Amino acid sequence: MKDTITPVAVPRAINWNRLQDDKDLEVWNRLTVNFWLPEKVPLSNDVQSWATLRPEERELTIRVFTGLTLLDTIQNTVGAPALLPDAQTPHEEAVLTNIAFMEAVHARSYSSIFSTLCSTKEVDEAFRWSEDNPHLQAKARAILSDYAPGADPLKRKIASVFLESFLFYSGFYLPMYWSSRARLTNTADLIRLIIRDEAVHGYYIGYKFQRALERETEARQAELKDYAFALMFDLYDIEAKYTAELYDGIGLTEDVKAFLHYNANKALQNLGYEALFPPAACEVNPAILAALSPDSENHDFFSGSGSSYVIGKAVATEDEDWDF
Amino acid sequence: MGGLVYYSSASGNTARFVAALGLSAARIPIRPADPMPAPALPYVLICPTFADGMGRGAVPKQVIAFLNDPARRALIRGVIAGGNRNFGETYALAGKVIAAKCAIPVLYSFELAGTETDVTRVRAGLDRFWGTECLTP
Repeated sequence: MKDTITPVAVPRAINWNRLQDDKDLEVWNRLTVNFWLPEKVPLSNDVQSWATLRPEERELTIRVFTGLTLLDTIQNTVGAPALLPDAQTPHEEAVLTNIAFMEAVHARSYSSIFSTLCSTKEVDEAFRWSEDNPHLQAKARAILSDYAPGADPLKRKIASVFLESFLFYSGFYLPMYWSSRARLTNTADLIRLIIRDEAVHGYYIGYKFQRALERETEARQAELKDYAFALMFDLYDIEAKYTAELYDGIGLTEDVKAFLHYNANKALQNLGYEALFPPAACEVNPAILAALSPDSENHDFFSGSGSSYVIGKAVATEDEDWDF
Repeated sequence: MGGLVYYSSASGNTARFVAALGLSAARIPIRPADPMPAPALPYVLICPTFADGMGRGAVPKQVIAFLNDPARRALIRGVIAGGNRNFGETYALAGKVIAAKCAIPVLYSFELAGTETDVTRVRAGLDRFWGTECLTP
């Protein structure tokens, strides 16, 4: 009998000993070594601290975390998988599936925080709020339209980097703020693990964007740059409204916005672009920066501020490659 | 004024920072097969950080290979480190590791490709630094 079935394409078995792009292995190693699960963080140590928050502060915190859950859900089920067909190497596909899975871990982590600290009723209310909040829904839609099948592969990467490196930060601000005031410090430890992962994701997708951009014509490069800055303006506009709605009540909106500007510039740098917001707009509250990277003051030997002759604390830096 | 030596991976963040400084600088190659720069005068090293969550692997292998040579290492006077605060306590860790290994100061740290403020501070800082440093090896 004649076989009339159209042959399906079989992918080639991945060989990690033949790399087309060394960055794939470098990032794979970084992500797998950094793997974690929420069970590793003793969230229950925050129960007492949670009880000291005022009801409106608790409501704000739960809402912020449902907003973050939505972004992680999108990146897990739509965003990272949408990048797979555009992958240039089999190793890139493997890295993207790791990214997709970690986004599921992140989304799952917020539910661990909720089940440890909050009542079911509070959490259900916050999830309803997230479904009805026009700004949260607007930012999700703006990103999803770039992820849609048939969308421009490079615009998809731009949207993905903005989600990873910019859109999360209106939310990440709050646990860093609580941590700087010695509240919810275990929750902050968990969020720092998420922030670390998102930094690698934004870096890697931005790197792949830059490699792909090199192959485009000048006209197309200009079009994509215009697109990136226009999308950043649109997203910033939504974020500013979302931020005001969340943070006006505790008087932190302007402080959060400085953090947004700072992160918007870093997202653009991940794509290889220059900053959009001027330095004066990016002066992040030092307590927030310190909460982001504890024990790592900004060295400025030149200005004479800060400690300098740091002959570093012993960290795990043993490396057989050093000859001295 | 002394020199600058830098490493930048294929992502190009550190290369963009160095380009913004507008100072001549020798690049440590990404590929081990390519020739290393051979500085004749004292220099400051600009190096990004690639640490994992435990701080391992902070200094790129090519930078380690560059510093393993005693003649090149003898001329290093300071280090400027790149990084990302999102990596928490390992932010700009490469600077601390190189400082400890070579007994030289961490002069400055910056994120990704740096900001306008970073560029201004580093330019002015290097000017002053070389004004006070002894340039004879």
